[in-house]
Amino acid sequence: MKTRLRFGYLLPLAIILVWGVWVLLKGEDTLRETTFTVFMFIGMASSLNILLGYTGYVSFGHIVFFGLGGYFGFYLVSQHNLALIPASLAGGALSGALAGLLGLAVLRLRGAYFALATIGINEAARAFVSNFGPFGGATGLFVQFSAYEAYGGAGPALWTTFIYLWLVTLVVLLASSLVKSSRFGLGLMAIREDEDAAMVMGVKAPRAKTIAFMISAFFPGMIGTLYFFKNGNVEPGDAFQLHMSIEALVMIMLGGMGTVFGPMLGAVTYQGLRGYLLTSPIFKSLHLAVSGVFLLVIILFIPAGVVGWIRHRIPLTRKLLE
Amino acid sequence: MMLLQVQEVTKRFGGLQALSDVTFELPEGQILGLIGPNGAGKTTLFNVLNGVFAPNKGRVIFRGEDITGLPPYDVARRGIARAYQVVRPLNDLTVRENVMVGGCFGRECLSLGQAASGAEEVLAVVGLLDRADQLASSLNVAQKKRLELARALGSRPYLLLLDEVLAGLNPSEIAAMLETIQKIRAGGITILMIEHVMQAVMNVSDRVIVLDYGQVIAEGLPEEVVNNPLVIEAYLGDPKLTQRLIEG
Ligand SMILES: Nc1ncnc2c1ncn2[C@@H]1O[C@H](COP(=O)(O)OP(=O)(O)OP(=O)(O)O)[C@@H](O)[C@H]1O
Ligand SMILES: [Mg+2]
Repeated sequence: MKTRLRFGYLLPLAIILVWGVWVLLKGEDTLRETTFTVFMFIGMASSLNILLGYTGYVSFGHIVFFGLGGYFGFYLVSQHNLALIPASLAGGALSGALAGLLGLAVLRLRGAYFALATIGINEAARAFVSNFGPFGGATGLFVQFSAYEAYGGAGPALWTTFIYLWLVTLVVLLASSLVKSSRFGLGLMAIREDEDAAMVMGVKAPRAKTIAFMISAFFPGMIGTLYFFKNGNVEPGDAFQLHMSIEALVMIMLGGMGTVFGPMLGAVTYQGLRGYLLTSPIFKSLHLAVSGVFLLVIILFIPAGVVGWIRHRIPLTRKLLE
Repeated sequence: MMLLQVQEVTKRFGGLQALSDVTFELPEGQILGLIGPNGAGKTTLFNVLNGVFAPNKGRVIFRGEDITGLPPYDVARRGIARAYQVVRPLNDLTVRENVMVGGCFGRECLSLGQAASGAEEVLAVVGLLDRADQLASSLNVAQKKRLELARALGSRPYLLLLDEVLAGLNPSEIAAMLETIQKIRAGGITILMIEHVMQAVMNVSDRVIVLDYGQVIAEGLPEEVVNNPLVIEAYLGDPKLTQRLIEG
């Protein structure tokens, strides 16, 4: 058990570690930008996987935690000159706290009702922020150029933001591994398989689900702060895009839900594919429709995702992929 | 010492009276058989005992503590474990992990490592050790029944609720399962078992209670109960069961 713990869980961390170092050594702006997007989705998909893959609850509106936490963190950086790290932590904390409050109410809902409720929450948050003065209402917020000076100007600030995101991505993968290999994670997986039976076996499902929801909401809040800081502005239309939630779900399903490696593999593959779709004139306007069809095909033919499929077919890999 | 005291427990589903004033006691170390025709309320009684349903009336006292209305996970942590009538394996987890859930979250709240070694012991008792690393979904029905039992045992409960663990097993599997149940009792665990296989209940139970339309209609030693006219009458509605009762 020990050796499996080591390799299967270290592999994703090692890949991201090397990948980040490689981007830093190369030092190219376009490479940094594309990697930023990929890391962001790895972080988003891996956090959502803690709820979806381990606990079995589908959150369609998960992007609300990216949007709202990101808004709050960005507000602290741009309006109160807070440093980026504490601001993104605050953004994560807000998202986590919100999930904690919501969890008590909406995690009582099962299946489709929960999924629908999360969409409602996202739309409600968008409406709220659009009318909330301190967050700039419908026009949103901008970062003052002076805020970049603390990082040595706009260019270096982008590299710093990238490094922070890289670290957050590593922490998300670490958290995902720790949850999966822990007693807490076993309880979550029992809930996923049969919530009532799990409770009869002693799993405190309401509390465990809420904690899982909070963890899966915390990291998107941090990532949102970094993303908006990199962009230099935030507005309601950017922060609460439901289709980003759906894309994160596709990534998880594609790579293999309930695994540590799957969401990462799915994010990388999907981003690569999307890059192609967006540059191909035929698919450009259809890329969301294509990803919808894609999701359908995955659910119908490889419901366990790529990692699940490989683990099932080649028993040897069970020790290597988690 | 009385491990379990059930006092005037009543449960209604809408207009249906599933349990009416059910009262009985279960001393530590005994096997109590619970029999009754289909729909008598046996499974409902288990659901009340382990907190799935709160009763409309009445109390459940476990080891001197009133546990009426506690949520199922709090009941589990006090030492009541259950094997379901309809098996509910955690399909995508291995057999070992299924049993570890019981150990980690049951009475003793074990760490993962302790639960894993506890699971080995329990799987050996029920004869599933060679399947430990398979997914639970890959087991056949008889094995799934054993897994239900193993999972309940994994939590090292004081009281084990067995809901028709013999149903669907062939005679040799039944014999093996009964042997396992005797072993469990010898290990100091008190058992309340629902069973339709009459011969089996009569053989292993110290005492038997009979439910019919939610009421306790008889209680006593196995041989007293089978000869009770009320019991025979209750079963007459169900020819197949009457046959079994007479054969037993
Ligand atoms: N959740 C529920 N909601 C409504 N009615 C229920 C519920 N659970 C059980 N019942 C009803 O309560 C009565 C008792 O059911 P129960 O399952 O306890 O019977 P049983 O004695 O276990 O029968 P069997 O031998 O068939 O397992 C039945 O009429 C059943 O339809
Ligand atoms: Mg029943």
